[in-house]
Amino acid sequence: MVINETADVAIPELAGVQRRAFAVGAVAALVSAIGLFVNVDQFLQSYLMAFMWCLGVTLGCLALGMVHQLSGGAWGVVLRRPIGAAARVLPVMTALFLPIVVGARHLYIWTHADVVAADEALQHKQLYLNTPFWIVRAILYFAVWNALSYVLNRWSAEQDRTADPRIARKMQLVSAGGLVAYGVTITFASFDWLMSLEPRWYSTIYGVLVMGGQGLSALAFLIVTIVWLSRRAPLDRIIVASHFHDVGNLMLAFVMLWAYFSFSQYLIIWAGNLPAEIAWYQHRLQTGWRAVGVALVLFHFAVPFVLLLSRVIKRTPDLLVKVALGVLFVRLIDLFWLIAPEFHMQGLAISWLDVALPIALAAVWLGCFVRQLRGRAILPVHDPQFDEALGRIIERGAPPRTRTSEP
Amino acid sequence: MATRSSIYGLMAEFDDPAALVTAAQRARQDGYSCMDGYAPYPIEELHHALGSPTTRLPLVVLIGGLLGCGGGYAMQYWMSAVAYPLNIGGKPLHSWPAFIPVTFECTILAAALSAVLGMLALNGLPQPYHPVFNVPRFALASRNRFFLCIEAADPKFDLEQTRRFLETLNPREVSTVAD
Repeated sequence: MVINETADVAIPELAGVQRRAFAVGAVAALVSAIGLFVNVDQFLQSYLMAFMWCLGVTLGCLALGMVHQLSGGAWGVVLRRPIGAAARVLPVMTALFLPIVVGARHLYIWTHADVVAADEALQHKQLYLNTPFWIVRAILYFAVWNALSYVLNRWSAEQDRTADPRIARKMQLVSAGGLVAYGVTITFASFDWLMSLEPRWYSTIYGVLVMGGQGLSALAFLIVTIVWLSRRAPLDRIIVASHFHDVGNLMLAFVMLWAYFSFSQYLIIWAGNLPAEIAWYQHRLQTGWRAVGVALVLFHFAVPFVLLLSRVIKRTPDLLVKVALGVLFVRLIDLFWLIAPEFHMQGLAISWLDVALPIALAAVWLGCFVRQLRGRAILPVHDPQFDEALGRIIERGAPPRTRTSEP
Repeated sequence: MATRSSIYGLMAEFDDPAALVTAAQRARQDGYSCMDGYAPYPIEELHHALGSPTTRLPLVVLIGGLLGCGGGYAMQYWMSAVAYPLNIGGKPLHSWPAFIPVTFECTILAAALSAVLGMLALNGLPQPYHPVFNVPRFALASRNRFFLCIEAADPKFDLEQTRRFLETLNPREVSTVAD
């Protein structure tokens, strides 16, 4: 056995995971489809939340991959293949965006001519907030993301095949521009798809709030993935405690980043106390939604923050994976907090579709991810940082990198 | 001849880092615990080989951080609500959201100061005198030699036996370190 075998051959269990994920996804999707006939509005609201959850992991992985191209570090070499596989789910995410385009009228009140006609502020915003331009922008966002994912994944595969050292430099250059492009596109995408749910309200920090959330979702998912992989050959002899320590620290940083962005938004709006701005918090803090807000402060910040301070937890995969699963779940709650109160201003309301649709989309996403993961080797054996990142892995009993190893 | 009480320990000199790490491992297997290794640059394996003692520094930093957190908040509460009450935008005198940024900064400041001062307090720096410098060849520890010093404070330390043990590790030289 060698490391550059495809994951499909090296880790036979992956086929079963893919099959089960698609099976769960199909069942959950069929059940959710009932909601389409019972309550279209609720279906689309839950769908938007589930979609943004899965998109967060996808784009977060793409962005973290680009960050790693620029920063380097052992953590990213171990994560490179899961990151690439997650980014390659983007074409599927693009297709899954179509229901939101078709159902935009059920989600965004600025698409209704009568609402706009009765509101002067919305008339002024129509230059930006109109359906054709909104669709053009969405096409642009997905074009940028898909192009970045395609180019980086293609070069990474070429690096595996040819071991050409110039490819690393090319990937760095694209990543530098790609991160700027991601920052701009995700900011506007979050304005278009989430903030415009309440078109009279605005917050300039909203874009980075969504961006930080995507980075956190991606890290939590990647931790779950490498903990799973580290329990099986060949990665069981390659991933060591220090790799978990690094990604654990990164997750801690993203937890704090999310808390910083969220609190900044709250503090500025609270201090300004302007009618147009505080409405968003009034819907949330003066009704039953307050409980969700308090839960977010506790479980999206306080609990993971305290747990991730511990060196022992970060270095023990069994404990770290529990924190990561918890974080993935509260990421969904955070999106619930951003989306659902807009449609249920009178108080907390949870629909069965808020459970079924996230399960459906996440399971389909996971199936696609595993399918992508199986197609390539589980480590980038010709990455220039490979030796530095993984140390003398052969001495730890790991299989050799390639069958025809250099002398 | 120095008497027993005026000896700090025995020091072995090695040519390369691998020999030092092996020596430290062997000494630990042999039951020695009070010892230290000296090298011109950090060697991660040496840290493990010496049986790195657990440090209380994280606890010091945590306590410092918590004190900074509580102290920062209390300071603002006292200033805004007790010592100099001022109506700002009709908000209550005790407005916790406004206190959070400074509370956070005080937490970080106190934690960072505790980390620096706690580190100095626990490792005994700055230290103008240390017995190992009594060995003239120890000056090479900042150039190209690697030293292992087993201290007389070790319960297993015995001038003759420990010297014999160190000789088995193939050092360049074993020297007695005067206190």
